Amino acid sequence: MSITATLGSRTAAKLMIGTIAGLVAFHQPARAAELAAQDIALLDRLTWGVSASSAAHLREIGTERWLQEQLHPANTALPAAVQKQIEAMPDVHRFPFDIAASFDQQGKSANQVADPEQRKAAQQVYQQAMNDRARQAAARTILHALYAPDQLRERMTWFWFNHFNVHQYKANIRVLVGDYEDRAIRANALGKFRNLLSATLHHPVMLRYLDNADNAAGHLNENYAREIMELHTMGVGAGYTQADVEALARILTGVGIDFKSEDPKLKPEQQSQLVREGAFEFNPARHDFGDKTFLGHQIKGRGLAEVDEALDILCRHPATATHVAKQLATYFVSDNPPAALVQQMAQTFQKTDGDIAAVMSTLVHAPEFAASLKGGAKFKDPMLYVMSSVRLAYDSKVVLNTLPIQGWLNRLSEGLFNHETPDGYSMLSAAWNGPGQMMLRFEIARAIGSGSAGLFKPNEPNAVDQPAFPLVMNGLYFSNIRQTLSPTTLAALDQAVSPQDWNTLFLSSPEFMH
Amino acid sequence: MNRRELIKAFAASASLTLAGRVWAAPATDARLLVVFLRGAYDAANVVVPVGSEFYYASRPTLAVARPDAGNPNAALALDAGWGLHPALRDSIYPLWAKREIAFVPFAGTSDDLSRSHFETQDTIELGQAVGGSRDYRSGFMSRLATELTRVKPISFTDQLPLIFRGQNQIPNIGIASVSKPGVDDRQARLIREMYAKGDLANSVSEGFRVRDDVYKSVSEEMMAANRGAVSPRGFELSARRIGRLMREQFNLGFVDVGGWDTHVNQGAATGYLADRLGELGRGLAGFSEEIGPAMWRDTVVVVISEFGRTFRENGDRGTDHGHGSVYWVMGGGINGGRMAGEQVQVAQATLFQNRDFPVLTDYKAFFAGLIQHVYGLQQASLERIFTGIKPKDLNLV
Repeated sequence: MSITATLGSRTAAKLMIGTIAGLVAFHQPARAAELAAQDIALLDRLTWGVSASSAAHLREIGTERWLQEQLHPANTALPAAVQKQIEAMPDVHRFPFDIAASFDQQGKSANQVADPEQRKAAQQVYQQAMNDRARQAAARTILHALYAPDQLRERMTWFWFNHFNVHQYKANIRVLVGDYEDRAIRANALGKFRNLLSATLHHPVMLRYLDNADNAAGHLNENYAREIMELHTMGVGAGYTQADVEALARILTGVGIDFKSEDPKLKPEQQSQLVREGAFEFNPARHDFGDKTFLGHQIKGRGLAEVDEALDILCRHPATATHVAKQLATYFVSDNPPAALVQQMAQTFQKTDGDIAAVMSTLVHAPEFAASLKGGAKFKDPMLYVMSSVRLAYDSKVVLNTLPIQGWLNRLSEGLFNHETPDGYSMLSAAWNGPGQMMLRFEIARAIGSGSAGLFKPNEPNAVDQPAFPLVMNGLYFSNIRQTLSPTTLAALDQAVSPQDWNTLFLSSPEFMH
Repeated sequence: MNRRELIKAFAASASLTLAGRVWAAPATDARLLVVFLRGAYDAANVVVPVGSEFYYASRPTLAVARPDAGNPNAALALDAGWGLHPALRDSIYPLWAKREIAFVPFAGTSDDLSRSHFETQDTIELGQAVGGSRDYRSGFMSRLATELTRVKPISFTDQLPLIFRGQNQIPNIGIASVSKPGVDDRQARLIREMYAKGDLANSVSEGFRVRDDVYKSVSEEMMAANRGAVSPRGFELSARRIGRLMREQFNLGFVDVGGWDTHVNQGAATGYLADRLGELGRGLAGFSEEIGPAMWRDTVVVVISEFGRTFRENGDRGTDHGHGSVYWVMGGGINGGRMAGEQVQVAQATLFQNRDFPVLTDYKAFFAGLIQHVYGLQQASLERIFTGIKPKDLNLV
């Protein structure tokens, strides 16, 4: 029996192409065969959008090596021009706790100003400064998304932020939202789920957002406990009860925030229980030391160690593996991910004790994933739509101002740090392809396609707009993208009256929306 | 265009209407707006059980005082057992006096006890049985639209909500941020052509049509504002725009208002919740003003939320997730000025799970009864909207 008959002719043909490509690559690494349409789709699915340089890199090293590079990134260095922009932001070299503490102080002082007019002015200055910090954090997110070499980790960072969502406009979250993304989320985005969950739980931003900073013995606040189970781990309908919510709320009593430099006053026998790490504080005087029954487990009341025990129970619960796997598959594969794929990912989750890179490896190597790359099954959400537009139009020419991008994301209702409720933004296409949404996308396609749109005018007084032109009809377009367009789209593009008009139409096309 | 011409225009232009079913024509040119308070508003502090000792015992810092003409922070008397939050004094309370608003206490989901915002919002918007598999492509207002003729539905939201997802593409528009379109008519035509054969064809063509209609309406308001008129903000601005658009063009609408999840420091007669309520009340009053006295008689506004909150206040002067809520039904032709539907004494013994308001009026039976009267729908139509549900007649319309 011939190989062709065994494998089927398509597979055999691919194997041959693979071998030939391998041989060519051996002699001429940079000039291997053209990328398959599948590889372009892969880049679109796992990065913030294909660009000419990312396509060239994938072509150079091959698909599997590229996947390994993304799953286990060694090179996470931002381009120098990007790093320079980030370094220029205030506070980037200060300890986040100090920043938050000084903001806290500023807020308190502003409220204490006696004269009402002056108080109002001081409060405005304080609010303005917090807004600035949030905008800078958003700028860093965008710069990472557009230019970081570890693109998959950036996609995962957005995904996990959304999974562990917080809203910037609650209290003073704006000051530390960037630190939350960097230290709690990005650092764990491809690591162990248990560490990720724990890092979000120990971050003041989460404790403020879901009110656990106010949760104390005898004064229970259930908010965070409920959302941990419903959204962060097991998922709603996974079998936990109201009694489990209350038990977890009791376990979490005393877990809170403290910006003061002196320790809280405690009874001598409680002093060894006090835990302070930056703004995080476990205050034993606020903890309910009674025993608890949580998800069928008896938890001995003994302090912060109860939280670790509860997190272990949650992370090892099969419902958590399934819930997380399903969320990931929905984001990276389709609105209705195949059940077999979700199951396989959940198995990996359980086998590896929640190793996210391993779960993602299962996903990207699954036949269901490869199948989903054909035919543009997945509709881009606004973040992916905007990032992929800018990456395609400007590639590695670094934008000098991200405020227009922040504005587009806000207009498209997927602004960074801007989802008010803890469920995060929807990952389903139906949430983003309604008539009103489509109209806004065409407006934004026009903004990006027609000129530099303010992206190259630094956000500082007397700044001059640097020359820049969106180049969508580039080499990548002719070598790869054009072939994937329908005759209808090509016919419309043929009627463009200017390059700007052509860009607008291309970025508005159904193919680019998927 | 006056109203008569408008109705003729609806009838003449098939593209302006969804394909309806002739046997289920609306009895009048009724307008229906559903307002969803997302986040589970604390109903017990808005329609206040002032006759209940238990209420005052359960809420040492949050309770709103019993009606007292001399106290501006006291509840406004509704009937012997209930009072209205004082933040609604100038907006909603006058409607009560005119009998244009009724409240339905103990309303909500009798089958969804998850106390999850997102789960219960989905439950209500889908209007399907809980327990089986859900069809996320079929919201109940979308099914209602399918049963009606001459219906012009619209969602005044940034995204198309679950409640309006279904077989017909219903337009949505983020009403607070309408701006002048930059994509011109020629580009719009080319874009429509690109989408003509795909599954987003209706979304795109509806989008361009509604974009132009809405911009025209809003630009008149902007011109007025440019001449120095004070422009309202937030929900009040949205609601006034909705009022104008529903007077002139649309007759079945949905809008949501967020920010009701008050676990901490929600305030009592004043404070966070009171501020949100004030804005909501001004918006709804603004809506009735803009839709105009003639159309207001044929308009029904329903205010709902996913669930109520714990009856007792928590340790942080807030409330946690509860169960039963209070729905509002407003309109010029409403049989209002009363508390509607089944009621029980508000006391510890009548709490659901010793925690929150029970649900005595299920949302599906409530809506089925309401739309049956508003539109004169037959049983077969109702059955397609809410399968297996017996409508509850609260004598509201």
